[in-house]
Amino acid sequence: MFKFFQPNKIFQITSKAPKYILFLFIVVLSIGLTEALILSPEDYKQSDAVRIMYVHVPSAWISLGVFSAITFLSISGFIFKNKIFFLISKSLAPSGFVFNIIALVTGSIWGRPTWGTWWAWDARITSMLILALFYAMYLISWRIYENEEKVFKISTIVTIFGIINVPIIKYSVDWWNTLHQPASINILSKSSIHSSMLFPLLIMTAAFTLFSLLIFLMKYNTEMIKIKNKGLDRL
Amino acid sequence: MINELLFMNGYEIYVLSAFSFTLLSFTVLYLVTKIQFVKEKNKFVAKFGSLNTEKANSAKSQRINKEILANTTSN
Repeated sequence: MFKFFQPNKIFQITSKAPKYILFLFIVVLSIGLTEALILSPEDYKQSDAVRIMYVHVPSAWISLGVFSAITFLSISGFIFKNKIFFLISKSLAPSGFVFNIIALVTGSIWGRPTWGTWWAWDARITSMLILALFYAMYLISWRIYENEEKVFKISTIVTIFGIINVPIIKYSVDWWNTLHQPASINILSKSSIHSSMLFPLLIMTAAFTLFSLLIFLMKYNTEMIKIKNKGLDRL
Repeated sequence: MINELLFMNGYEIYVLSAFSFTLLSFTVLYLVTKIQFVKEKNKFVAKFGSLNTEKANSAKSQRINKEILANTTSN
């Protein structure tokens, strides 16, 4: 089952993929920016300020998705004693963290014209800030611990505590009275967003996902070369 | 038309700063990751170059090492 997760096989793909992903990302991002800034309509209430949604929402989605993936991979790595899972989660973290920061900053910029404030200690915003702290703790744990076993254990514990926050972020707008609006897009029920706004949002989400994949691949390749460098030292 | 696009009903500062921040973050993250990657690869090539023939042949027999060396010129 884990034959696919052999470093040799993965590296064969990851070493060649970044240049193609970068090209695809530039193409999709160009289409997305044209749609988001020029072709999509303004909102009847928020006017053109609604365009911030096209960078804010995909960033928030990806940061949540990446953290969930990191948790799943870390726990799997622990259960199946497979180092490659830890290496993949370590390589995913930087892009997830940056998307989390983008979601917080663009949300703050969006809050000023719509709510009249840059920041509010509301459940959704605060829980997103807590997620950023968990990302920071995860990344710091890889920096401060030299011992492999210890870093695997500590980083997994951080993700297990952090994942508790993910459903809180998702349902915070339903559970509490928040300044943040409830979800406009629902997979299980009808979405309240119009297709003319949904289309650019999906294109931007695709572009951001490609960027996340690009950074992951570059980071993964760097980590693999680091391991190989240590191997050459031992020769 | 161009005025409408540029001024965005008075929200241009907010919209453009949000997009600029996003694109700037992308650029910084990409460059930092790329620099780290190139640094590690150069280190690998330098270490590989300093190996004697026997050790170099043994290292070259590993598929990943071969891939790294093969991609040195293309990345």
